[in-house]
Amino acid sequence: MENNKETNRAPISQKPLVIEKGDKDAIGGLVEIEINGKPFKVPLGTTILDACRQQNIHIPTLCHHEDLCIAGVCRICVVEVEGMRVLPTSCSFPITNRLKIKTSSENVRKARRHILDLLLSEHYGECYSCHRNNNCELQKLAKEYGVDSYRFGHVTQRRHEIDRSSYSVIRDMDKCILCKRCVRTCIDLQEVGVLEATHRGDATTISTFMDKPLADVVCINCGQCINRCPTAALKANDPSDDIWRAIDDPKKHVVIQTAPSPRAAIGEEFGLPAGTSMTKQLNTALKMIGFDKVFDTNFTADLTIMEEGTELLLRLKKALVEKDDSVKLPQFTSCSPGWIKYIEHFYPDYLDYLSSCKSPQQMFGAVIKTYYAQLNNINPEDIVTVALMPCSAKKFECNRPEMNDSGYKDVDYGLTTREMAQMIKEAGLYLPGLPESEFDNPFDESSSGLIFGATGGVMESALRTAYELVTGRQVPFSNLEILPCRGFSGVRQASVKLENVKPEWSFLEGVDLNFMIAHGTANAKKVMEALKRGELSNIHFVEIMACPGGCIGGGGQPIPTSKEIRAKRAEAIYKEAAGLTIKKSFENPAIAKIYAEFLTDGPCGHLSHKLLHTHYAKRGKYIP
Amino acid sequence: MPIKNKSVIFDRENLNKENPKEFLYKALKMSPSDLILEVRESGLKGRGGAGFPTGTKWMLASAAVSDKKFVVCNADEGEPGTFKDRVLLDEFSDLVFYGMIMCGYAIRANKGFVYLRGEYRYLLDKLLKYLDKMHEENLLGKNILNSGFDFDIEIRLGSGAYVCGEESALIESLEGHRGESRNRPPFPVNTGYMGHPTVVNNVETFATVPIIISRGAEWFTTVGTLNSKGTKLISVSGDCKEPGVYEVPFGISINDILKLVKAENTKAVQVGGASGHCVPKEQFDRALSFEDLSTGGSIMIFNESRDMLHILKNFMEFFVEESCGQCTPCRIGNIKLLEGVEKVEAGDCALSYIKELIELGKSMQLASKCGLGQSSPNPFISIMTNFENEIFSQR
Repeated sequence: MENNKETNRAPISQKPLVIEKGDKDAIGGLVEIEINGKPFKVPLGTTILDACRQQNIHIPTLCHHEDLCIAGVCRICVVEVEGMRVLPTSCSFPITNRLKIKTSSENVRKARRHILDLLLSEHYGECYSCHRNNNCELQKLAKEYGVDSYRFGHVTQRRHEIDRSSYSVIRDMDKCILCKRCVRTCIDLQEVGVLEATHRGDATTISTFMDKPLADVVCINCGQCINRCPTAALKANDPSDDIWRAIDDPKKHVVIQTAPSPRAAIGEEFGLPAGTSMTKQLNTALKMIGFDKVFDTNFTADLTIMEEGTELLLRLKKALVEKDDSVKLPQFTSCSPGWIKYIEHFYPDYLDYLSSCKSPQQMFGAVIKTYYAQLNNINPEDIVTVALMPCSAKKFECNRPEMNDSGYKDVDYGLTTREMAQMIKEAGLYLPGLPESEFDNPFDESSSGLIFGATGGVMESALRTAYELVTGRQVPFSNLEILPCRGFSGVRQASVKLENVKPEWSFLEGVDLNFMIAHGTANAKKVMEALKRGELSNIHFVEIMACPGGCIGGGGQPIPTSKEIRAKRAEAIYKEAAGLTIKKSFENPAIAKIYAEFLTDGPCGHLSHKLLHTHYAKRGKYIP
Repeated sequence: MPIKNKSVIFDRENLNKENPKEFLYKALKMSPSDLILEVRESGLKGRGGAGFPTGTKWMLASAAVSDKKFVVCNADEGEPGTFKDRVLLDEFSDLVFYGMIMCGYAIRANKGFVYLRGEYRYLLDKLLKYLDKMHEENLLGKNILNSGFDFDIEIRLGSGAYVCGEESALIESLEGHRGESRNRPPFPVNTGYMGHPTVVNNVETFATVPIIISRGAEWFTTVGTLNSKGTKLISVSGDCKEPGVYEVPFGISINDILKLVKAENTKAVQVGGASGHCVPKEQFDRALSFEDLSTGGSIMIFNESRDMLHILKNFMEFFVEESCGQCTPCRIGNIKLLEGVEKVEAGDCALSYIKELIELGKSMQLASKCGLGQSSPNPFISIMTNFENEIFSQR
């Protein structure tokens, strides 16, 4: 299987010119060019944009995004190349010969300003009533180019209805500048293909299939389009008004759980560099805002490992000992609601391969409204559970009709990192300046759940626990860091040999536990296609996250996003995890406690099946 | 509908005497590089209007390394006022197909496509029958005329988008995608259909090649001007007594064309279709050539009774609708130019705003992604400049 090949749905000509490694060292591998009169050398095939950036020459861009294939449609990045009749776009122009480039000649400046004026003439709305105010690429360029009037007019009336049908993503086409980043994100980066340009000329618009509401098409709610939208045409469905109302209501006991990824990214919303962990300041902020309890989702991440790990061992036992053909292996993780909706739509016949475990968010909801309510003698009816997530799909997940196993809506609201930052700002708090504080009891101990935030984290945590359960020894990796699980290549595969196992796991003696990790649904598709072809028969466990980079790159995280930013967030998570004393889920005392006090029939027992496990819907691709 | 005047190239009677099949025979006996050389030396330039040297294009595609190459005949004749390819496809399809085979032979491609304008569907049956006949006569398929060269031609229908006449949008459409132009570079000669080197030429270009091969490059260069060799088919419409398709030598003046088609009281001539230039009376001595007035074939004649603003509005409405919508300057720029025209029409536009729109038009010419947006401001700029007095004095 081609593990790390880029996705292939972009037209060939829209892909950057890739020079094979061998060619780079060949004679002529470097091309001498001149930018604004200054000569230097760049590798053959470098785009003019990249060459300029290397020289710290700023070129404005709108449709260009480093995660996506080239479009060359907004035209704002035009430059002048000596000998060319027209102004080419620097983002799409590969340097293959000695070019003389001017980046701010009269023609270039005029053209860019004209393009901006044209975009503004069709862009509806006023900046101060826009949620992307101060984080809008169009607004930033208007300032950069000194736009002080609408030279070619301005839209004053709405022309499109806002699509609020989705629990997760809201589309406001009046703000769309047709850069097609969302289209390329959906088709090329994620290979879902919900959004595409339709009609032509002045009627061109980004549309779903037959212009259906987003809730009725095969959108997986991953929100990657939101993260890449340069304006406010796409946003997450924001529940913060409802949450404020609950906080303001003295009868309500408002509980928030916070996932690992928001704390590694929320600092960016306050101007901190990517990769600054804000875990303990965030706890303080949430308390100051008025949440009654602040819990760590890592607790249910650990619970997930117990349940999912047990489930895997049970499946292995059934398959290897009882020779039960109906057991589906490999087992796929089920923490990522984007991935769940993806497989429900695109591979509905393979749902039995999914772990039946709920995601940590939903497990927590169910635990809070049962166990926690009992412990503290609170009527679950009065509990409002909020989940701070890096994710837009979590909003859909908590609204799935089956997520009511506590007898109430298990999780009332899914809140994104961006929306949380907004609430903190509204409360008048400057997050980085707040004192540190701990999570609340009884779920205050955190272990390997923290690394769930990065791609490979679930696998790493599961292996630590499963290996030790089976062998009685720690995984044979320094500081328990299972490095094959880490990194950002699209599909990774590795194995751990189980030797000298405990007597009760003797059927696993000598077995190579083979696992796979994929992130981004384009890579999930590769794995699923391999499964369909029967190529995964030796694999036991597969972790899939819908978003590139895993949860740290989720659709609810601060904007912008890039490979570099995602890597820094992951680094922050791994760094924080390295400092934890408890690194294995089963060693978390709160886990031991809940199995002793509440889930007394153990992992995958009756009660945990009722509260912590779920089932999936065969959605398919039929659109009514 | 035959060609109206005595033709040098597209004269069926003459051709029949020479037996066009012999042209193909002759070409396949040449070496591919000699064939390209002959086309280069003829000075033949793209008949679609852009005027890229055909021999150079073939040479680039020939030099490109790939296991597959393709030949595409651009029969998406969509420029308003152009209908000369229709005549060629109807009456000289043998030359068109032979030209494609020669190109395939020259660049070592084994597959050709004709991208036929959707509105020309009525020609499809006839063309398919002709292709069948060519197969029977071993002029297509495996081992053509025992030359060892295989080539086949497939006809694909367009669906009515003007932009698909632009070669890279045409290729996108051929691949089954939305008709949108691609970034250049890479050019189709390197990265074309399905990523393979592809030559896209106009119908007339392909149809001219067999004549060049038959009569020699030197003969071809005796007609035309220094940088525009040979003859050009023009489709003349508008205010004249004899509209239709004519074959004229390059270098012919507008005046001579007007005489040829018996036009009177002519005020303006739109050369090159909607995306071309509007030539006022004072400039009728200008010549049809790549050096001066370039055209893919469209000549529209307007007499004194016509309202130039109305004509311009018609063109701009066309572009607002036919822009593919992907790039900003073309998608929104054309809307703004049309709005400008409408403002003038309503007597509600300052001359200074029109000047501003002309500047916008110049940026569109420079910054649009493809030929559509780069040329759509042409009528606005030329009509607003050349007929400023008429337009503003009436209102």
